[in-house]
Amino acid sequence: MTTTLQTPAPPGASERSSRSLVDTVFRAREISIAGALVLLVLGTWLTNHRFLSEQGTKDLMLNASILVLLAVGQSVVVITRNIDLSVGSVVGLSAFACGTFVSDTDRNAVLVLLLGMGIGAVCGLVNGFLVSFGRVPALVVTLGTLYIIQGIDHWWAHGEQINASEVPEGVLDLGSGSVIGLPYLSLIAAAVLVAVAYYLRSYRSGRELYAIGSNPDAARLAGVPIRRRVLTAYVLCGTIAGFAGALWLARFGTVVADNAHGWELTVVSAVVVGGVAIVGGVGTVWGAALGAMLLTTIGSALVVLKVDPFWEDAITGALLLAAITADRIVNVRMTRALRKRSARHGHGA
Amino acid sequence: MTTRSTVRRRGTAATAVACALLVVAGCSGTTKDSEEDNTKPEKKTEATANPDAPIKEGLKVAFLPKQINNPYETIVDKAGMAAAKEYGGDAKEVGPSDASASSQVSYINTLIQQKQDAILIAANDPNAVCGPLQQAMDQGIAVVAYDSDTAKDCRQVFINQASSEEIGRSLVRNLGKQLNYKGKFAILSATQNATNQNTWIDFMKKELEDPKYKGMELVKVAYGDDDDQKSFQQTQGLLQAYPDLKGIISPTTVGIAAAARYVSDSSYKGKVVINGLGTPNQMRKYVKDGTVEQFSLWDPNDLGYLSSYTAAALASGQITGAEGETYKAGKLGEFTVGKDGEVILGPPTIFDKSNIDKYDF
Repeated sequence: MTTTLQTPAPPGASERSSRSLVDTVFRAREISIAGALVLLVLGTWLTNHRFLSEQGTKDLMLNASILVLLAVGQSVVVITRNIDLSVGSVVGLSAFACGTFVSDTDRNAVLVLLLGMGIGAVCGLVNGFLVSFGRVPALVVTLGTLYIIQGIDHWWAHGEQINASEVPEGVLDLGSGSVIGLPYLSLIAAAVLVAVAYYLRSYRSGRELYAIGSNPDAARLAGVPIRRRVLTAYVLCGTIAGFAGALWLARFGTVVADNAHGWELTVVSAVVVGGVAIVGGVGTVWGAALGAMLLTTIGSALVVLKVDPFWEDAITGALLLAAITADRIVNVRMTRALRKRSARHGHGA
Repeated sequence: MTTRSTVRRRGTAATAVACALLVVAGCSGTTKDSEEDNTKPEKKTEATANPDAPIKEGLKVAFLPKQINNPYETIVDKAGMAAAKEYGGDAKEVGPSDASASSQVSYINTLIQQKQDAILIAANDPNAVCGPLQQAMDQGIAVVAYDSDTAKDCRQVFINQASSEEIGRSLVRNLGKQLNYKGKFAILSATQNATNQNTWIDFMKKELEDPKYKGMELVKVAYGDDDDQKSFQQTQGLLQAYPDLKGIISPTTVGIAAAARYVSDSSYKGKVVINGLGTPNQMRKYVKDGTVEQFSLWDPNDLGYLSSYTAAALASGQITGAEGETYKAGKLGEFTVGKDGEVILGPPTIFDKSNIDKYDF
């Protein structure tokens, strides 16, 4: 990807063709993950037909929803060559705050979602501000905020617990209800996914996020407001994480201080497996969402296939390595292909 | 050349002497220590219990839970501190925010310096806390373990919430009654290497050896790692993998809440029995909507109360932790110290529709 930006602006025709080449390669990546997902589901279904029963399908969709949301938010940050490790803590804090807010009241589910998003946005703002204006590496900043947010959550919760009986029915329904077989949670996740994908693809500021991740220096020279864009990416990621926290409460009903503890690594895994390069500039939220679905579906399939749970972690690890290897191979091949192509065009002119 | 070698030799000799001195010093240190060690058990037996001694006024009692953010331990400690108020003591709770093996050590040292009269600890690791606790006992501080035991020599009394055997066996007994002793069932545990979980599961298996359970079969032990999402997935997977599954026992509060939440709005509601260990507040909704008929747990309030009174009895000289001693624990009545300094709170309480509203924890 770096190469595309570094090559001197080619004439219109070659720009279009190299862009479509890039598109094809990465669409191929998404298609292969989708293929793996389909194979996994079909294979499990052949062994046990209950896997795709009405209840089974609903379960698969529900299990993936929250991770899909978090993966979508995370990919926006990763595309800018940054990372947000604090998402797990933000989910935990937001879930507990929302739980306290509704505990033994009759408050509306929409208010709860807004509260969750607000808390997430504040956390995202802090992360984004430190990373973009403080010029501190994102890994360190968000590792710090991971602990700080977790600390606030622990201090606040101090061993308290929100129980399902205290949460209003309206909120719980959001986590378990469905229309024509499609759970609300999954519909919400899909809506967020489509919106973010459209933004990244069709808005100027969305495209600029890719430019920043591909080559920050070139992006700066091209006049991209890097700090503002990175800050926006973090606020978006944080808001989605806070939103996911509110949905966590709706889904699980019982909330303690350390919900979603350690989820940040699962989210990053999903994003990387989904073809978003950890060095930035490459990948789509579609891929990240597919990666998230693949990871949760593996977890469900292994239990149905009666495989030792130990293998779940091992398989996630193997998938990560496979994804990174594939990235590397594609990268090398594409660089070669692009170089050839631009050389050919150079001769033509 | 010669001079230099002499110097070197002299140097070597000096080092050797220094080493020898160090060894001697080391030895004498050891002797002293071992002498002290020898006297320790004598001291213990010498101290006699006076069952009629009144509880001392203004005892300083400190609770040291596994971690301060654990909802269950918070209940226990709060009840313990309330009990201390009852007997005129001055109680507090201190503790680490993570439950790692060595995190409690520095807290014990601080408590010793503060000259507390009693330390109550739920140990994260049976051995890591041993040294400092023995130091505390040497200085006359009463040491009581509750919830999770330390090694036997590092505390005077251990308050066992219910014997592991009773917990394991009673869970199978209750499920057996609910299923009329027929059908397949599974266990949803926490992590694969949780000691208490595995001990309970072993006793469940022993109970199943009784011929009256010959119609029941334990098909799988699944692990939800005390994570909501994972426990959900395990429950879903179990119900899909074993279509004729009739029951699930989950001896962990996170697991049983997740299993109940999943079953309560799935097509399995009413078709599968969920039982296990949970807290009334957490399970209230599922008991009321009929997903769960009953579950059990000891009352953590009673556990804290009893632990607190035990610490006071030790610090006031009513007991020393020897087998057979009896003492009175406020409203809970009389308790007897058992083998290895263990005091058992009692059998687990069964919670169902009829009594759940009497409890708030």
